[in-house]
Amino acid sequence: MEILLIIVSAIFVNNIVLAQFLGICPYLGVSNKLSTATGMSAAVCFVITLATAVTYLLNKYLLLPFGLEFLQTIAFILVIAALVQMVEIVLKKISPSLYQALGIFLPLITTNCAVLGVAINVVTKEFTFGLPSHMLGFGEAVLYAFATSLGYGLAMVLFAGLREHLALNDVPKAFRGVPIALITVGILAMAFMGFSGIA
Amino acid sequence: MTRKQLITKGFIKDNPTFVLILGMCPTLATTTSAINGLSMGLATLFVLVLSNMAISAIAPVVPDKVHIPVYIVVIATFVTLLQLLMQAFTPGIYATLGLFIPLIVVNCIVLGRAEAFANKNGIIDSACDGLGVGLGFTLSLTVLGIVREILGSGSVFGWKFITGDGMLAFVMAPGAFLCLGYLMVLFNKIASKNKGA
Amino acid sequence: MAVVSNFKNMVICLFTTCFICAVLLAGVYALTKAPIDRTNEKLLKESIGAVLPQGGELSEAKTLSVGGQPSEYYESTENGEVKAYAVKSTVVGFGGPLVLMVGITDDGKVYNTSVLSHSETPGLGAKCNTDEHFMAQWKGLDPASKILKVKKDQGDIDAITASTITSRAYTLAVQNAVDAVKGLMK
Repeated sequence: MEILLIIVSAIFVNNIVLAQFLGICPYLGVSNKLSTATGMSAAVCFVITLATAVTYLLNKYLLLPFGLEFLQTIAFILVIAALVQMVEIVLKKISPSLYQALGIFLPLITTNCAVLGVAINVVTKEFTFGLPSHMLGFGEAVLYAFATSLGYGLAMVLFAGLREHLALNDVPKAFRGVPIALITVGILAMAFMGFSGIA
Repeated sequence: MTRKQLITKGFIKDNPTFVLILGMCPTLATTTSAINGLSMGLATLFVLVLSNMAISAIAPVVPDKVHIPVYIVVIATFVTLLQLLMQAFTPGIYATLGLFIPLIVVNCIVLGRAEAFANKNGIIDSACDGLGVGLGFTLSLTVLGIVREILGSGSVFGWKFITGDGMLAFVMAPGAFLCLGYLMVLFNKIASKNKGA
Repeated sequence: MAVVSNFKNMVICLFTTCFICAVLLAGVYALTKAPIDRTNEKLLKESIGAVLPQGGELSEAKTLSVGGQPSEYYESTENGEVKAYAVKSTVVGFGGPLVLMVGITDDGKVYNTSVLSHSETPGLGAKCNTDEHFMAQWKGLDPASKILKVKKDQGDIDAITASTITSRAYTLAVQNAVDAVKGLMK
């Protein structure tokens, strides 16, 4: 039950893009085509889950015991940057085809605030998920991160689909590009508001 | 460009929000009211000026291949500095802005200015550049905050001019996207008219 | 301009930057630690002061079980006698945890309540912190003569318009605090 709540809450109710406003820049940037949107989502999914797992352990076993919470931001962003580089190198070696698909998106992910945002959130905020509010355990944190990134993917793919259609329409000049995209996201966010309160 | 131009260009010509479309996350998330938008803008301004100055000072001795990690560490340092100061002296604002203070680290405006300007210009010029871009960012966040506060809560800077509630949707997520979208349309419209004249 | 990279200068540069930054932050952290602690303490004192009668002497934080969870509470004593309790009570609201400070006097009445943190919907559930009518009904409320449930659930509490779930959660938090203090006073 709790697992289900975490998944529903992270994907729909607190959708990372449409309700929490994280990762908007790449969201607007690469959602022009469905294929790039899917690629970016997959790369983000991979990095968010991995980064959250690593930073969670780093925070629990290194920063907290030594009273170094104030280095959290620096430590997390360095871990994420290093991780992204490593993922890039490893992928290149073991799965060139996957690297071809995700490669161009990876460098962009370091500065995707969704990654740092989720990593900081899971170690500083209390969550409920139908239980009394508590700090997340390791398993929950990783599951939450994974589900959140699925939510990112969902919002991304939905939006890319809309934008592909939008491109065929005659949009007034002042609305072209980002403005009409933002208005579309606004309407999409309104639809997602219907989920609030479920979990 | 003169220093005066560096400082004023961020308002209209190179406005980070409406023209360059950078730093969208804090722009949308923290502008639920005018005062929140203003505080977020000033927080970013603080980091921008200091990190621009520091980076322009160290850029000549940083090896090319590690310059991005070094810049990120420098930016993260100033962000943490800001976090500590805000926790100590403005806890209320710190609590409202929450996650978006540490996230200034990954705000593309800050790293963007470091890469595009600070690493090839002098300290004072870089400070002016940071100030200009930061002020432009603050201005657009405050404007968006004012618009959302008027529509969403019927008040300006906390001063209420209607009884009852505003249109709640504008305080919540969809309103952020819609407001910014329409403000951009307005901005484009005015910009294109000025160009034509 | 930029220095040509080799392994040695890259390592040295990264290491020095990290070292200087860490030292700088450690210094600022040490300097700001006292003001931060003072601010937090002041905020806590204010939230406790708002829910308790004036004049008592406040004890250190103690722990008791509120609604099945360990939670903090503070005793306010006058001339060695406990006159009132301030209990932190956490429940699940509409959007996430809802944390209240509930002040209860030694006759079992609720003196006042205040919201420590919430993640309710702005303009709806978030009104539990600002709605005058909703907040006023907790002042001096006697749990013995009123049913601590919202009117929709056949109780005596007026819910916030369009925010039944938040109002229910708020009521439950007060009820939990009242029950916990009842256990203390026995």
